[in-house]
Amino acid sequence: MLHNLSIGELGRRLNSGQISSAELARYFLARIERLNPALNALITPTPELALAQAKDADRRRAAGEQGPLLGIPLIHKDIFCTNGVRTSCGSRMLDNFIAPYDATVVAQLKAAGAVMLGKANMDEFAMGSSNETSFYGPVGNPWDTTKVPGGSSGGSAAATAARLVPFATGTDTGGSIRQPAALTGVTGVKPTYGRVSRFGMIAFASSLDQAGVLACSAEDAAIVLKVMAGFDPRDSTSIDLPVPDYPAALNAPLAGLKIGLLREFFDGLEARNTALIQDALRIYRGLGAETVEVSLPHLPLSVPTYYVVAPAECSSNLSRFDGVRYGYRCTQPKDLLDMYKRSRGEGFGAEVKRRIMTGTYVLSAGYFDAYYLKAQKVRRLITDDFRKAFERVDLLIGPTTPTPAFAIGAKIDDPVTMYLNDIYTIGANLAGLPGLSLPCGFVEELPMGLQLIGPHFSEGKLLNAAHQFQQATDWHRRSPRGYE
Amino acid sequence: MSDWEVVIGLEIHAQLATKSKIFSGSATAYGAPPNSQADLVDLAYPGVLPVLNAEAVRMAVKFGLSIGAEVARRSVFARKNYFYPDLPKGYQISQYELPVVKQGKLTVMLDDGAIKTIGITRAHLEEDAGKSLHEGLAHASGIDLNRAGTPLLEIVSEPDMRSGKEAVAYMKKIHTLVRYLEICDGNMQEGSFRCDANVSVRPRGREKFGTRAEIKNLNSFRFVEKAIHYEVARQIELIESGGTVVQETRLYDSDKDETRSMRSKEEANDYRYFPDPDLLPVLIDESFIDAVRATLPELPDDKAARFARDFALSPYDAGVLSASRELGAYFEAVAACLGATHGAQAKLAANWVMGELSSALNRDNLEIGASRVPPEALSGLLARIVDQTISGKIAKDVFEEMWSGGKSANAIIEAKGLKQITDSGAIEGVIDAVIAANPKQLADYRSGKDKLFGFFVGQVMKATGGKANPAQLNELLKARLAGGS
Repeated sequence: MLHNLSIGELGRRLNSGQISSAELARYFLARIERLNPALNALITPTPELALAQAKDADRRRAAGEQGPLLGIPLIHKDIFCTNGVRTSCGSRMLDNFIAPYDATVVAQLKAAGAVMLGKANMDEFAMGSSNETSFYGPVGNPWDTTKVPGGSSGGSAAATAARLVPFATGTDTGGSIRQPAALTGVTGVKPTYGRVSRFGMIAFASSLDQAGVLACSAEDAAIVLKVMAGFDPRDSTSIDLPVPDYPAALNAPLAGLKIGLLREFFDGLEARNTALIQDALRIYRGLGAETVEVSLPHLPLSVPTYYVVAPAECSSNLSRFDGVRYGYRCTQPKDLLDMYKRSRGEGFGAEVKRRIMTGTYVLSAGYFDAYYLKAQKVRRLITDDFRKAFERVDLLIGPTTPTPAFAIGAKIDDPVTMYLNDIYTIGANLAGLPGLSLPCGFVEELPMGLQLIGPHFSEGKLLNAAHQFQQATDWHRRSPRGYE
Repeated sequence: MSDWEVVIGLEIHAQLATKSKIFSGSATAYGAPPNSQADLVDLAYPGVLPVLNAEAVRMAVKFGLSIGAEVARRSVFARKNYFYPDLPKGYQISQYELPVVKQGKLTVMLDDGAIKTIGITRAHLEEDAGKSLHEGLAHASGIDLNRAGTPLLEIVSEPDMRSGKEAVAYMKKIHTLVRYLEICDGNMQEGSFRCDANVSVRPRGREKFGTRAEIKNLNSFRFVEKAIHYEVARQIELIESGGTVVQETRLYDSDKDETRSMRSKEEANDYRYFPDPDLLPVLIDESFIDAVRATLPELPDDKAARFARDFALSPYDAGVLSASRELGAYFEAVAACLGATHGAQAKLAANWVMGELSSALNRDNLEIGASRVPPEALSGLLARIVDQTISGKIAKDVFEEMWSGGKSANAIIEAKGLKQITDSGAIEGVIDAVIAANPKQLADYRSGKDKLFGFFVGQVMKATGGKANPAQLNELLKARLAGGS
């Protein structure tokens, strides 16, 4: 079945003429039409645009062009601006917003010939860990549609897990790629901060946001990341470093690789989950890696630190949504203040408002030092902890999430419990490090993720380590029932 | 009034003369149709990011070097958060804790010729906001974002000024400086150069400052002086009648010549400044500073000192002639053509540039660069004064002709026969005729009415069409009236 093929295999079939890009697009569009209603993973399918792009890819191939993504379908998380296509960011605020330009990531993938099938559901403005804060409703986890797929890239993860598309873009501010990848059994990469352009990606927390990819394997993710990564003069925080050939490095042997076990990640982790990680470590040792235990003493402070820094930045980033120039505007405003209050009050959902209020509070005169400045200090301590750890080991390993997917509705009324879902992923964002989640087994028939974190710009090493694991295991090949 | 001391500090906003905006590629030209110079970054579309215009940094550094300030090796852009329709992002990007230009100073010459040093606390880069338009729109306001994102250099002074006149002298000096540096066009009507004035009063002799009021958005030197004058009187009257000054922001209404309260400290926004995570800290190294330093022109004070030294001009004249690069260049060109290096001829050139030429320019509202009489032509006229072909008085008429007709001084003198009469015999002939025709006045003069000397001068000048050489006339007339041969 086409939907179980790797990007590399799809490319070979396109190149050999066994199938056309248009046929491939139609195949996945039909799959979306059939299976998406139960999942709600895509909120804006774009079939006509997809077919036009696919035909264009076919023409380019006929003209002699070959590229690993030429004619390969994808979906974009709805946080990326897509020229002429609604870009809602999962919010009522932007329900009517047609982006007038392409995000750099979108433009790069378009230039490579990837075919956009639609836009993926997500937590509103990427604020959430369950995809339940979306204005467009929750997303079902293909492994059990009563469970959440994680968030905020929940639509991207669910669609990839259900093989509605070979891969999807995502963004990760506190775990928003890795956590849903783990809960849906796919491979998700959050690159180093600055590796991928943020231009055109609607900002949540600018110093933490990073675009990445969700795919069915590390190999597929490597192909996509190579196209997405790179310096962008329109993003001052992007880094001007050459992009390595990630796919070419996948098969490097792991002999001598030093893997650090994050002690803090296992404190309080359920025995069943710990056992899965132990199994994974055995596999790595079998591949020639050494494992040592390391401690990052400040890491337990990452959740409170994050929930000061991220809301502070979001409170300012979301000020532009004021009903003046685009987006939602309330009806019949009495005056300017009324327009602001009601447009924002009606346009934003509860979680977004909670974070704007938290962020406004921590930046306020009299509280700034105690919260924002203190959090910045702790952020530096956490970054230092990682730096010291990477003097001893090549990469760090641990679980991606404390538990498998939870039931839709189970945590939505308890923000603090919800926030703790990101306890293992937030550290990498605070330190700007690359992280990767890959499937490593099941608990109660739900997938669990293994997380790898490396030094800055070690995406190649993470993908290599993940690929070698996937050569030795088949967790990443498992499909949810009904989506095989 | 004299019981009170006035304390003034200015925050000057100079719009930097970059071609594009500080964080976007949009043009900055003034007067374009609304929103025609606002791109997606200026409109704060979702997902867009700012990219710093290096030219704005270069200009800020140039200013810093010109006031002897330390240029910060690391400065940081921060977000100043508040909601307003003409502020599209809901925050203004500005520098807060770490500005690009640190402490510097400037000297100004006061009306009495005294030199005063004014401290400059800092200068920082920031973006301008857009404009709200209310006229011609029923039940609605329009937003024009052409100005949004225009680079500004905010120059903050110490509270060192003690009168409105001092404040104006300082503001004029900064105005001169930024135009010298070619970092701001200085156009005040278009808002390219404007200031906020912090004004307070305190009993003379007391060290502690009084509570200040900030008068916003003053866009002419005259308004600065008038607004401060009004505000000082208001504060003194308030205190003397038992009231207290409250810290607040006030607006100057030039029609009514008064300041009005805009918002008090209690109503002030909490701007929630924090470092902008979309922009990296601005790192400036020695080589960048050296490269900028190499582009510094001769600064106004240096030029004035050179004029005073090389041309033996008074400090006042040297100051006036160096008030703009163009004026200084004009004066130097006139002096050079005249071969005037010092003394009387340089003074003559200075007087003409500051006098006739400046008034003609003012009258026709022209910049010096657009003068109808170029420096070579003016020096041609002055040369005729120097060689006594014409008198200074006739020269003024010739100048007017040159101004309106564009001909050279020589051509006009020739065509109109304005050459001065320097032949003693000819002048004496006229004197004799005048004396003969006015016997009564002669008698009165000789009996002690010295003032009548002027009468005789006037009569002779009238008879010669103003062409008699004045010095010769004086000498000969004096002798004749005294009864000599």
